[in-house]
Amino acid sequence: MWDIIISSLPSLLEAMMKYTIPLTIISFFFGLILAIVTALIKFLKPHGNAFVRSIWGILRVIADVYVWAFRSTPLLVQLFIIYFGLPNLQNFIPGFNFEIPAFTAAVIGFSLNTGAYASETIRSALMSVPQDQWDAAYTLGFSTTQTLWYIILPQAARIVLPPLSNEFIGLVKDTSLASTITITEMFQVSQQIAAHNYQPLLMYTEVAALYAILCSILTILQHYLEKRSSRYLKGDEG
Amino acid sequence: MIKIKDIVKKYDGKTVLDNISTEFPEGKTTVIVGPSGSGKSTLLRSLDLLVHPDSGIISFPNFSLNYADKITSKQSKELRAQTSMVFQNWNLFPNLRVIDNITAAPIHVHKVPKKEAIAQANELLKRVGLEKYADFYPDELSGGMQQRISICRALAVKPKYILLDEPTSALDPELETQVLEMLEELAQQGQSMVMITHNIEFAKLSADKMLFIENGEKIFDGSKDEFFNNPSPRIKEFLDAISLQ
Ligand SMILES: Nc1ncnc2c1ncn2[C@@H]1O[C@H](COP(=O)(O)OP(=O)(O)OP(=O)(O)O)[C@@H](O)[C@H]1O
Ligand SMILES: [Mg+2]
Repeated sequence: MWDIIISSLPSLLEAMMKYTIPLTIISFFFGLILAIVTALIKFLKPHGNAFVRSIWGILRVIADVYVWAFRSTPLLVQLFIIYFGLPNLQNFIPGFNFEIPAFTAAVIGFSLNTGAYASETIRSALMSVPQDQWDAAYTLGFSTTQTLWYIILPQAARIVLPPLSNEFIGLVKDTSLASTITITEMFQVSQQIAAHNYQPLLMYTEVAALYAILCSILTILQHYLEKRSSRYLKGDEG
Repeated sequence: MIKIKDIVKKYDGKTVLDNISTEFPEGKTTVIVGPSGSGKSTLLRSLDLLVHPDSGIISFPNFSLNYADKITSKQSKELRAQTSMVFQNWNLFPNLRVIDNITAAPIHVHKVPKKEAIAQANELLKRVGLEKYADFYPDELSGGMQQRISICRALAVKPKYILLDEPTSALDPELETQVLEMLEELAQQGQSMVMITHNIEFAKLSADKMLFIENGEKIFDGSKDEFFNNPSPRIKEFLDAISLQ
């Protein structure tokens, strides 16, 4: 048994290094940027002239539709539409090639999905910073942008860290779905090996253990970051 | 001198400030009193645009502002450079150390060089005996300390006026004394202040001018002596009720 486990380990680890981890990190990075932008569009009340307000209104509708669409459909279906579906657009707009490489398609799908979920997490963190903090900053002369940057975002970051870490860890596991759009990530490799050695129980348990180890490392990292970021609160552990 | 004229503020059709006009003399302490819900905070916050009145005019020696107009961010910045608010629950920034709470606005808003801002902040802290807490986070300190620090923070932007909304109501008597002593000292030094308080002792000691508000209307506007020594029946009733508490 051990020799099966050990002999399959290098190819599983290679797939982890080549796909699972990069897919998670790159998708989370873009997803986070998208989430922050989306959260701010929904959170901030525009002031200024009518033009700015109407542009903002349009952005807000886009943000709402985006978050709604990606939270109300399965990630697997989203990946299929991006990878298998989009190339069909050629039939409507000839001359363009809508085929996206599998890895890019996966990054797009995971980023959009993470962005939609994380934007709501970030928005609720922004809302949970009391209005008092805005008042205190405004009275000292801070602009809205300065208040956001120096006062609100740092406080929201502390609130958002645990749920965001959970989303990150969730994404590690979700990358296994990339196997369905031809990416030979870790789970796909375990399937291939199982098909050869007829040891599905062993292989899938092994790959499960690898996901679990990866996620546990991230959980430890999460606790460390939470401790650091709550330094300024008396009474918190740490 | 701050002058306000005919300030009106309504919430959902309910009039909270009903044509208030008065002035807040420079170098003096004006104390605003009145029953709960009478509109005191709304009035004070109007002076700093934390509340935007529906109409009325506020004027300083060098500029004035009509609340009914669309107020630009430049105007609100100009107004807020003249006044700075101290809150009932101090509202220090929990993510910043004491020293950074005080220097944040001088550095980022008024572009004071960092070194200079820190030196000035330490000077302010020293004046209230809190210099050794510069590197603490607010939540590590008592309410009384936090409130004194928040007053330092307000002073650090060098406003003409500091506005105080019940600065000691959230404090135990012992801690309240520390804050009141600091405020009395500021009053003696001629710092212009507008303060809402239920602490009649402080008003008797440090107020120059009294303002009594009820149901959004100005009932009394005059000297401390007149207010306490020759009160109208309504004010006498109010003072009696407060002293019973
Ligand atoms: N944002 C708001 N929306 C609706 N009504 C408000 C708002 N802020 C204040 N009010 C109402 O306006 C009235 C005056 O409130 P304000 O806070 O100015 O009173 P106050 O004199 O400061 O009272 P207190 O002594 O309790 O602090 C109250 O009836 C209050 O309910
Ligand atoms: Mg009030």
